[in-house]
Amino acid sequence: MAEVLDLAIRLILIVAAFLVLPLVIGQTEHKVMAHMQSRLGPMYAGGFHGWAQLIADGVKFMQKEDVIPAAADRRIFAIAPAVALVPYLVVLAVIPVGPGLVGADLNVGLFFVLAVMGVGVLGSIMAGWSSGNKFSLLGGMRSAAQLVSYELPLVLATSSVAMAAGTLSLPGIVEAWEWWWLPWQAIGLAVFFIAGLAELRRPPFDMPIAESEIIMGPMTEYTGIRFALFMLAEYAGIVVLSALTTVLFLGGWHGPVLPGPVWTLIKVFALAFIVIWVRVSYPRLREDQLQKLAWVGLVPLALLQLAITGVVRVFTA
Amino acid sequence: MSEAPSYLSPTGHEIVFLLLGVVVVGTGLLVVTTRQVVHAALWLVVCLGALAGCYLVLTAEFVAWVQVLIYVGAVVVLLLFGIMLTRAPIGRSPDLDSRNRPVAAVVALATAAVLVTVVVDGFRHAYVDLSPGKGTAEEVGVAVFRYWVLPFEALSVLLLAALVGAIVISRTDIRGR
Repeated sequence: MAEVLDLAIRLILIVAAFLVLPLVIGQTEHKVMAHMQSRLGPMYAGGFHGWAQLIADGVKFMQKEDVIPAAADRRIFAIAPAVALVPYLVVLAVIPVGPGLVGADLNVGLFFVLAVMGVGVLGSIMAGWSSGNKFSLLGGMRSAAQLVSYELPLVLATSSVAMAAGTLSLPGIVEAWEWWWLPWQAIGLAVFFIAGLAELRRPPFDMPIAESEIIMGPMTEYTGIRFALFMLAEYAGIVVLSALTTVLFLGGWHGPVLPGPVWTLIKVFALAFIVIWVRVSYPRLREDQLQKLAWVGLVPLALLQLAITGVVRVFTA
Repeated sequence: MSEAPSYLSPTGHEIVFLLLGVVVVGTGLLVVTTRQVVHAALWLVVCLGALAGCYLVLTAEFVAWVQVLIYVGAVVVLLLFGIMLTRAPIGRSPDLDSRNRPVAAVVALATAAVLVTVVVDGFRHAYVDLSPGKGTAEEVGVAVFRYWVLPFEALSVLLLAALVGAIVISRTDIRGR
């Protein structure tokens, strides 16, 4: 009975985090972007600095008519948002927040996370194809091309951490972490974060959704709750990317004075702030520049990091 | 390999494994019989995912997640990219079947018959002990780099050759002599 209760509490906490954190980051994005652009952002919904803006948005989305275009492939069009969103929920279950505070400690947690996150991109490819719209199809194709190129540096950068820690389990990696890993794994950190941003299709890597050019790409035809699910998937993706970077490269719950889980949250939010900051600061990369960055920039850097990790590992062992 | 229990009292593992096997075979059939190209690729996702589930039931965690990462995350995505780049109509395409359909069915059934006979004949009384922890990354790593190093290296040379070949074919500034 105690085991079942324990599992139930963990699952409830994970679902709660999944529902709350993306909204908090979404609201932060509204406000941070606004202030960086000398605006105020939402100010009215809920009273205090428009804190309830995203809840109001959610209610609005739910009331909207659910439109499926006549030329669309109805079934695939309908399940695509779920395919995009669910993987991030599953990934949250294996991310450790504090010592022992994890949904499930998998022996091959790192591979699990990468594998499941790769499935999420299928959602936007399915959406792009099934919409029956040429802009969406272009967006879907760009998503696929982007995923294939950026998966490689992502996996190489994480392999470097796994090599350093000598384990594939996420809590195991955090436990093995020492402060001097920061300079040692610095290249890997940069490669992972940039490739992760590209996998989420966040600016400046948002060529697949480019609203000024192909009108949100795969999401052109979506309205109402299905569109809201895609948006939620984007912000859940930011949470997952920030949490993974924290766990793999920034030492997760390690930190002075404050308790472990607080440190994890501080690091996650600092990284999420950087994700927003980058969106406001950099122009979008063109498709060829995007591919070039992955193959000519990130892959060799990730290999260099792998070599450095190997050399240091051999000499310190 | 230990003493085989009776086939008549299947355990939970065996039932789940059989159900996953049914999903794999069913979706595999759908891949080759559906009249919509993109649906075939998406059924392939379900098929490969269920196969990963089979590996999980057999406690081969590492292989299962690598299967999802490589096949679902990369191979099928590349396949979908290729389909969308060339021809991906929504709805049925009547010209997907060729007249080779019966021949293909015969070849497929014959291959399946041969494989099933060989496997059944070779492992008739073998029974795999399914205690957890045998398919962890550590076990797989030890096995590959201690006992299977030569095949591993041979495979990597083969893949390298394929890579070089792909680059040579795709570059127009390299001419044959």
